[in-house]
Amino acid sequence: MVDVKRIQEGNYDLITIVGEVDASSSIELDNAIAEAIQSGNKAFLVDCSSLEYISSAGLGVFMSYIEDFKKNDIHIVLFGMNEKVRNVFEILGLDQLLTIRGEKEEAKSAL
Amino acid sequence: MVSLFSFCKDRIYYLQGDLKMISRKAIIRLSTLLAILSWVSLVFTDLSIVFSSTSNVAPSVGSHIPPILLSVFIISIFLYYKYRIEKAESINFVDLLWKVFVSGLVATIVSLLFRLLLNLLGNTKLAENVIFLDFIYLINLGLVAGFLVSTFIVWKRLILYQKSKFLLATWKIFEYGLFLSLLYNLLDIPAFTWFEDVYKGILVLIGVVLSANMKWVAFLNFKQKWKGILLIALAMFYLGYFTFTLTGFAVDISEVTTSFQDFRDSIFLIAIMSFIFVYSLFSLLVILFNLPTSSVFEQKLEEVVNFQRLSQSIQTEQSEDRVYDILLESSISTVLADAAWIEEIAEDGKSLFHTHNIQEDEIKRIKAHFVANDVKGILDKGSDRTKNLGKHLATLKGTHFRSMMAFPIYVKGKQEATLALLKDVSDGFNKENAKIIDTFTNQAGISVENFRLLSEALQNERYKEELKIAKNVQSSLLPKELDQNDDFNLVAFSEAADEVGGDYYDTLKIDEHQTAIIISDVSGKGTSAAFHMSQMKGVFHSLAQVGMDPKSFLTMANNALSKCLDKASFITTSYFVINTKKKVVDFARAGHCPTLYYDSKIKEWQFFQNKGLGLGILRNSGFENYIQLNSFTYNPDDIIVLYTDGITEAKNSKGDEYGYDRMLEVVSKMTDKGALGIQDALIDDLYKFTGTPVIDDDYTTLIIKFK
Repeated sequence: MVDVKRIQEGNYDLITIVGEVDASSSIELDNAIAEAIQSGNKAFLVDCSSLEYISSAGLGVFMSYIEDFKKNDIHIVLFGMNEKVRNVFEILGLDQLLTIRGEKEEAKSAL
Repeated sequence: MVSLFSFCKDRIYYLQGDLKMISRKAIIRLSTLLAILSWVSLVFTDLSIVFSSTSNVAPSVGSHIPPILLSVFIISIFLYYKYRIEKAESINFVDLLWKVFVSGLVATIVSLLFRLLLNLLGNTKLAENVIFLDFIYLINLGLVAGFLVSTFIVWKRLILYQKSKFLLATWKIFEYGLFLSLLYNLLDIPAFTWFEDVYKGILVLIGVVLSANMKWVAFLNFKQKWKGILLIALAMFYLGYFTFTLTGFAVDISEVTTSFQDFRDSIFLIAIMSFIFVYSLFSLLVILFNLPTSSVFEQKLEEVVNFQRLSQSIQTEQSEDRVYDILLESSISTVLADAAWIEEIAEDGKSLFHTHNIQEDEIKRIKAHFVANDVKGILDKGSDRTKNLGKHLATLKGTHFRSMMAFPIYVKGKQEATLALLKDVSDGFNKENAKIIDTFTNQAGISVENFRLLSEALQNERYKEELKIAKNVQSSLLPKELDQNDDFNLVAFSEAADEVGGDYYDTLKIDEHQTAIIISDVSGKGTSAAFHMSQMKGVFHSLAQVGMDPKSFLTMANNALSKCLDKASFITTSYFVINTKKKVVDFARAGHCPTLYYDSKIKEWQFFQNKGLGLGILRNSGFENYIQLNSFTYNPDDIIVLYTDGITEAKNSKGDEYGYDRMLEVVSKMTDKGALGIQDALIDDLYKFTGTPVIDDDYTTLIIKFK
């Protein structure tokens, strides 16, 4: 029940996550991120404004790529999370490892 | 006369009624003995009657005796064959005809030997002696009776094959009519010749009506039909020979005396002879006329068998390949194709071929030829499967095939394979063929689909079994008893979801004054979660006893777990060390849900907002930078509520989450209650909120109340 889309927008790729990421749909998210890394692009914005829920499996997907982002010198900024989703990221401490911003403009300048 | 008659009847009933209890073998033996005895007595009585009548001596035996003995003889051989042939199970039709042939052959050979003897004697006195003639006549009569009765029983089996109620009734009337005719022979009422003729006529008529039943013929294949014709023709020959021989003797003897046992007087023998003749003739003709169409019937039967094989392959076959192999074989044998192939279309474009009489490179050539000539509707989705391909194939060099049919095999609406059938001749397939193969391919598709469903079901079953094991492991990892202390009271609750989660809590008494408490939530579900949970337990029990501070504990735990967690797995943990001597709680959080704390001094509840990062998220150095060591001094009536996200994220039917606020609201009303009271209130409220006993994620709480 998740839809992940990636489109090129200027000098970065915009990844939009729509729906809920649970144990089963986390595979889709995983595939999308893996593809994004393989594309060779170095800058990504992740639009989480339509991400309604993320389970620990979904968080695990983001977490598992943190090392790859660093290794490949990839900049990725998440933005537009609702309060609940942001809270989940914060409790786990992922906000300390990933760049999370409120609005798209903020996110762009954080790239 | 009457007494003898009733004796005979009694004897028959005795045999019929009582013999059910006696085994089949015993009946066969008994009837053989009776047949021999009755025949020998028949010979003696009849000879003595003939002797007395020719020598003008008063007969020592009544003339009514021979008919009785003949009837007894016939009934006993009837019984003998009834149990030999009729009760024998699953004899095929040709075997049955073979039995007729053999019994006829034996009888004919014996009869011919006597004829030879008679010829050798020439015109000697003995040869002209009427008693001697009568003796040979009686031998022939016995042989004929045996042959007739055995054939009768065989015909009965053939006629009653696939019987209907009406047919069975007709047959019974016929059989009883014959039986009564045997009894009638005993009555010796010569006056009613017209009655005898009518009786004979009725029996013959019923015989003719019954002779119309020959469903068995259709079940013979071509070869069996030829055998049948041969055997029946021979049986008819025997019948003719015997009739001729017997009549010859009877005429000779009757010139001298009329008081011998003339078979021509017996309604039974005449009726049964005519019946056997009529049925033989009918079946001979029917088989003869059925010969040309037998291949069609065989082919139809083959289709049915093939179809059955295909549908049975669901249950018995071990692989999809087997289903395709059966489809290939069945299709070829059904439409008599010269060559065929099935192409299993693989995802990566590499197809797997099942072939018959054709090489893969030839298939590729044919396919390429179709593509090159832009022939549609053959190997792609087309409607007319019998389209004449001769003109396309004729232009392809290197193949001798001139007609072709192809069918897609769909599994769950997706084309998974293609079946192609080829023939050397042009226009080799007709619409009928196409229809049958279409059914076959449909059935194969269903077989494959069912096969997959079955494998999936098995896989699920295995998975469930695994889950059960994991669940057992998980629950055995949770402590049976918690370490209590004079300074605090500790209760815990944990309810696992159907799918195994990975909630873990535990306590360890480090020393007299220090107690370590842990609560963890392993990401993911299923066996891997239970497995990681057990690793967490190992880490806790080995590190906690050293008595290190919570931050060091979490850092070392992260180091240890980094090496064994899978890439996308992590564990959230809160770790507490309660020092009852200093009345201090040291704690640190690694990505776990914020601790809910009640400070009794200021009478306020709060969620600790300390920083922390889940274990396993950062697997190299630097993890400790994200962990805070916190501590506070506790007072009596202070409360710590620990929980996992299964509780805060529990949803009701509307999709609302239970959340932090509801939890806080419930526990804040229970401040003056004991730890157990708080726990009960919280769990109660949680279940009331979700409205269902079914839970998605583990519910775990651990509540500490200080004294």
